[in-house]
Amino acid sequence: MKTSRFWAWLVFAVGAAYFFIPLIATFEFSLRMRRGEYSFDAYRVVLGDSRFQETFGYSVTVAVFTILLGVFLVVPTAYWIRLRMPHLRPIVEFITLLPLVIPAIVIVFGYIRMYGSNSPLPFLGSARGTDALLVIGYATLALPYMYRAVDTGLRTIDVRTLTEAAQILGAGWATIIARVILPNVLIAVLSGAFLTFAIVIGEFTLASLLNRPAFGPYLQNIGANRAYEPAALAVIAFAITWGCMSVIQILARFAPKSANRPN
Amino acid sequence: MADPFLSIQNVKKSFGNVAVVKDFNLDVGAGEFVSFLGPSGCGKTTMLRIVAGFEEPSAGKVLIGGKDVTGLKPNQRNIGMVFQAYALFPNLTVAQNIGFGLKVAGVPKAEAQARIDEMLGIIKLPDFGDRYPYQLSGGQQQRIALARALAPKPKLLLLDEPLSALDAKVRISLREEIRSIQKKLGITTIFVTHDQEEALSMSDRIVVMNEGRADQTGTPFEIYNRPSTKFVANFVGTLNVLEGTISDAASGTVKINAEEIGLKGKLNGSKSGDTLSLALRPEAISLGRKAGNDSNLTGQIADVHFLGSVIRVRVGVGQNVVSLDTFNSPSSPPPVVGQKTEISFSSGDVLVLH
Repeated sequence: MKTSRFWAWLVFAVGAAYFFIPLIATFEFSLRMRRGEYSFDAYRVVLGDSRFQETFGYSVTVAVFTILLGVFLVVPTAYWIRLRMPHLRPIVEFITLLPLVIPAIVIVFGYIRMYGSNSPLPFLGSARGTDALLVIGYATLALPYMYRAVDTGLRTIDVRTLTEAAQILGAGWATIIARVILPNVLIAVLSGAFLTFAIVIGEFTLASLLNRPAFGPYLQNIGANRAYEPAALAVIAFAITWGCMSVIQILARFAPKSANRPN
Repeated sequence: MADPFLSIQNVKKSFGNVAVVKDFNLDVGAGEFVSFLGPSGCGKTTMLRIVAGFEEPSAGKVLIGGKDVTGLKPNQRNIGMVFQAYALFPNLTVAQNIGFGLKVAGVPKAEAQARIDEMLGIIKLPDFGDRYPYQLSGGQQQRIALARALAPKPKLLLLDEPLSALDAKVRISLREEIRSIQKKLGITTIFVTHDQEEALSMSDRIVVMNEGRADQTGTPFEIYNRPSTKFVANFVGTLNVLEGTISDAASGTVKINAEEIGLKGKLNGSKSGDTLSLALRPEAISLGRKAGNDSNLTGQIADVHFLGSVIRVRVGVGQNVVSLDTFNSPSSPPPVVGQKTEISFSSGDVLVLH
């Protein structure tokens, strides 16, 4: 008994060291900008850099639009698949998994060929068009996470009976989705939204090849030219991601409780 | 029925090659409480869903208040429905659940609140408006579901096995409550159940369904005492079936084992030598000869179950086993297994099954 507990703790300690030592080392290194003493100078420089603010602001804006597009695309689709076309679920799940196996660079070269300024849909002919294309691309990249989050949320409620109960009370499709389905899967949607946010904030390939002033290319640029600031940025990026995950955990506590599954 | 409120005419429904409802016809009067009773898979829920508009019939039509609603969507039919699984919206409070239909219909806030309060009063849960569904018991949730269905003042109320998920005690009290509210509001109601006791105790009329057809439609008294088919007789209540042969069709004499009984006027064109299934309810049979009973058969006590106030006795009559109940009397001992006995009944209580 004692031996097995020892090995369990050893495995846990090795795992924790594997994850935390690089992070602690990065954090420690980020504090060494001033010679001979620890300081937050690197953070001050990064946060004070106008390009940081611009690129971070741009990526947050793109993330918000990506989340909106993802919600409008995924919630009605996942709902309809569960309600009326359950036989199509394996196909839709396969499609939503494709972004995990097709590299972003393939997607972006496809975009450049399809939506160049000489194509019938010249998205790349203007900055706004390229921004729109970037949002669409990010929504595609986030699809596996968003679809799974929403589908899992829908699995916890009796979609068909709730829909029929709302229908017989006179509600149309828009009311059913907005007032019955969405509020009951809101936590799942928010989980998907925060995962999308985390993906968009750190994404490099699409933004760089579409030449947009996003946070990912900025991170790469700083990393290639500076010493302490990239370490500070890595810690900030971790903080943002962990912040998102914490918000998901907190929101999960406020999920509407199902009558059949009160706990 | 001169002017039915709900009329179901020649409705058929198939899923692929499987015919679930086969030529269903029914007229329901205003304020009537009609139950669809039948075993699982008999098509009763599908028929209810066709009335609600959730399923489209393959043929036939549904009229409500004289208006053909066959092509209308569920949200255009002004029907209230209570589901087996309650189907309360988990994100809304009790008051918001009851007010959902009113809000969708655009009823002014003050008027809607008054109606919500009225409905909470009717279901006797006046202080429950601020609670969420997960804070309620199954019985309370189903009462809220009933209030939600009735709040927009629907023309027709559909109840899809609303008591199935509840425990026995709550089921009995809630069925009495549902019936009393239905009578009070005078709302035309269709109730789907597989529980004969519920159907018999609540309904004005019962439609017994079998394999997509209405086998028999009648009052609970008619359905129980005069079942028109073997299926209805077997499905509703406990039934003893005796196999016999017509020995003389003209005089109505039927031979059961070596004994004969008279069933004059009940054989409807059957010929001598035909075999028949004769059915008798347990309460129509007496142990031993009894004044007023004109038919007797001899048998042997096969089994005795002491149930307190009642003793259930099974008597072997030739190849058949007949079940009957006698009242317990402290002064006389119960019958003994293996004892020879006679059973008697009135020929008027015998049902000839087709």
